[in-house]
Amino acid sequence: MIIVIAEQQHGKLNRASWEAVAAAQAMGGEVKIVVAGADVRAVADELAAATVTEVLALQHAALGTYTPDGFVQALAACLEAEAPELVVLPHTYQTRDFAPMLASRLDRALVTDCTAVKDHEGSRAFSRPMFQGKVAADVVLGGPAPHFVTFQIGAWRADAVRKGGSPSPVRVVDAAVDPAAIRQKPEEPFREAKGAVDLSQADRIVSVGRGIKSEEHIALARQLAEALGAEIAASRPICDAGWLPMERQIGSSGQTVAPKLYLALGISGAIQHVVGMKGSKTIVAINKDAEAPIFEVADYGIVGDLFEVVPAMIAALKA
Amino acid sequence: MKIAVCVKQVVTREWQVRISDDRTWVRDADASFELNEPDAYALEESLRLREQHGGEVVVVSAGPARATQVLREALARGADRAIHVQGDHFAAADAATTAEALAAAVRDEQFDLVLTGLQSDDQGFAQVGVVLAEKLGVPHSTIIMEVQVQDGALRVKRELEGGWFQWIGMPLPAVLTIQSGINQLRYATLKGIMAAKKKEIRAVPATPPAEARQRIVAIYVPEKSKQTQLIEGTPAEAAATLVRVLRDDARVL
Ligand SMILES: Cc1cc2nc3c(=O)[nH]c(=O)nc-3n(C[C@H](O)[C@H](O)[C@H](O)COP(=O)(O)OP(=O)(O)OC[C@H]3O[C@@H](n4cnc5c(N)ncnc54)[C@H](O)[C@@H]3O)c2cc1C
Ligand SMILES: Nc1ncnc2c1ncn2[C@@H]1O[C@H](COP(=O)(O)O)[C@@H](O)[C@H]1O
Repeated sequence: MIIVIAEQQHGKLNRASWEAVAAAQAMGGEVKIVVAGADVRAVADELAAATVTEVLALQHAALGTYTPDGFVQALAACLEAEAPELVVLPHTYQTRDFAPMLASRLDRALVTDCTAVKDHEGSRAFSRPMFQGKVAADVVLGGPAPHFVTFQIGAWRADAVRKGGSPSPVRVVDAAVDPAAIRQKPEEPFREAKGAVDLSQADRIVSVGRGIKSEEHIALARQLAEALGAEIAASRPICDAGWLPMERQIGSSGQTVAPKLYLALGISGAIQHVVGMKGSKTIVAINKDAEAPIFEVADYGIVGDLFEVVPAMIAALKA
Repeated sequence: MKIAVCVKQVVTREWQVRISDDRTWVRDADASFELNEPDAYALEESLRLREQHGGEVVVVSAGPARATQVLREALARGADRAIHVQGDHFAAADAATTAEALAAAVRDEQFDLVLTGLQSDDQGFAQVGVVLAEKLGVPHSTIIMEVQVQDGALRVKRELEGGWFQWIGMPLPAVLTIQSGINQLRYATLKGIMAAKKKEIRAVPATPPAEARQRIVAIYVPEKSKQTQLIEGTPAEAAATLVRVLRDDARVL
């Protein structure tokens, strides 16, 4: 049996949970879904639309706000009782926060950020990126069950989830949690005061990555943006370095945009960047490395040195 | 405050990955190496905490002999001493193996705080810091963008998805995994480089690793599923063609 650990916050299901359900269904066999929280019956009912053996609403007052200590206690006990062969999670920030602790507490293998499942001589092999996505590795897990796997956001399609005519059964389970053993005291989530820039409304975006090399060259990208009538944006390292303000960062920890034109200059195309721009209508990549993962999402590409191509583009636009 | 910072030596980003003949690892004999990026931010954060609260910063790395390079660099940036858990197998070890070795190296020293990066640039497990916390029996928090120490306890700013954050309180000792961008990095000065030569790098042998729970059966360049229309020619020709295509075909200008 495969258990999917779904993610919710204040009763709102994280969409990536559906992707994890789709992955589990695709692997075949019996699937159960576990969702933890203080009162998650409504979310469990929502998940029960999927064709699965059952949905477990794992409840305890101390799970109302997520903490790794609380969730690991509750899930460890639940998994020991259910004894699945495999546990599937979406590779969200919350999963990164508790899944390694959970697997370690149960002393089981965990493979993260996977994009596919394959057969390797009769065992399951999980494909995952390594070396910043430049290569992929197929990994076989060992040791006793359950094994743990997290899937990269977008690796499976949420709309591929098999849903039946009638809802799957929902079972409420009282979680075993000792609130005194929860060491983290979380405060309310907040957003940093939002700046004036809302890139989600931009028609065209010129986005700068580490290939720009130094702060002084940002001016070159600005010139191109002006010639195109575009907003300027960046990958995370550019904002980390303070070359452009954080509010112009695109990606999982920045803004999500879908302009008509997204032009990526010297951006490798890490998944955390791509999730923020892959919905763009036309994606153009200029990168000197023909193997860069950005070409996996680009409609048009120039393999070349941006310091040669960008001035030529500015000239062509002005001609 | 006594702080340990776990730092990993990784191949530089510019390195073109070359796959080994048996296709289960890479050939990195000719590669150059550097400090894993978020680990550099973790180190900087530890130095700032030392400036505020006093104490000691100890850098710890598990890796083959070449890993002394990043330990020296960390010492040059200001760490007080280093521990090198030696073992060729760490280059390709799984997260549990590495975390176990790091836990063994730091356990007896009673650190108040252990910092790691949130993820390694080579293996990218995003696991070692969290597993280390569990093995040490101390609380943790991940993807941290600010660290405050007040009255012997921690208050840390955790990054959530999509521009959200959350403050989390926690007792010490603890493990934090640090996100890139938490601070502005300072680089080693000549004085620091000279001073580092006199600082201690203690080598400790790795205990024999337990049987690995993860086996890489194949490494390969991922197949492209999307057909990118590559525009050829000299930079001037390619640029001109691209502008025309964006105007006439894609109609986005
Ligand atoms: C939890 C988490 C959250 C993250 N959130 C985000 C996020 O929101 N947004 C984000 O962007 N990243 C995010 N990241 C970081 C992400 O993983 C990558 O590290 C980052 O996107 C890489 O930025 P880059 O492409 O600019 O740099 P690199 O990966 O270093 O790529 C630089 C590229 O420039 C090319 N290049 C170099 N010189 C030239 C030249 N002269 N001409 C043309 N091309 C050149 C190189 O071939 C290379 O492909 C996050 C990471 C984590 C772990
Ligand atoms: N071999 C190692 N030696 C020291 N620290 C490590 C090692 N491997 C991983 N780490 C630390 O753990 C973090 C997460 O690594 P990973 O789990 O591989 O993504 C890194 O940013 C480092 O701080």
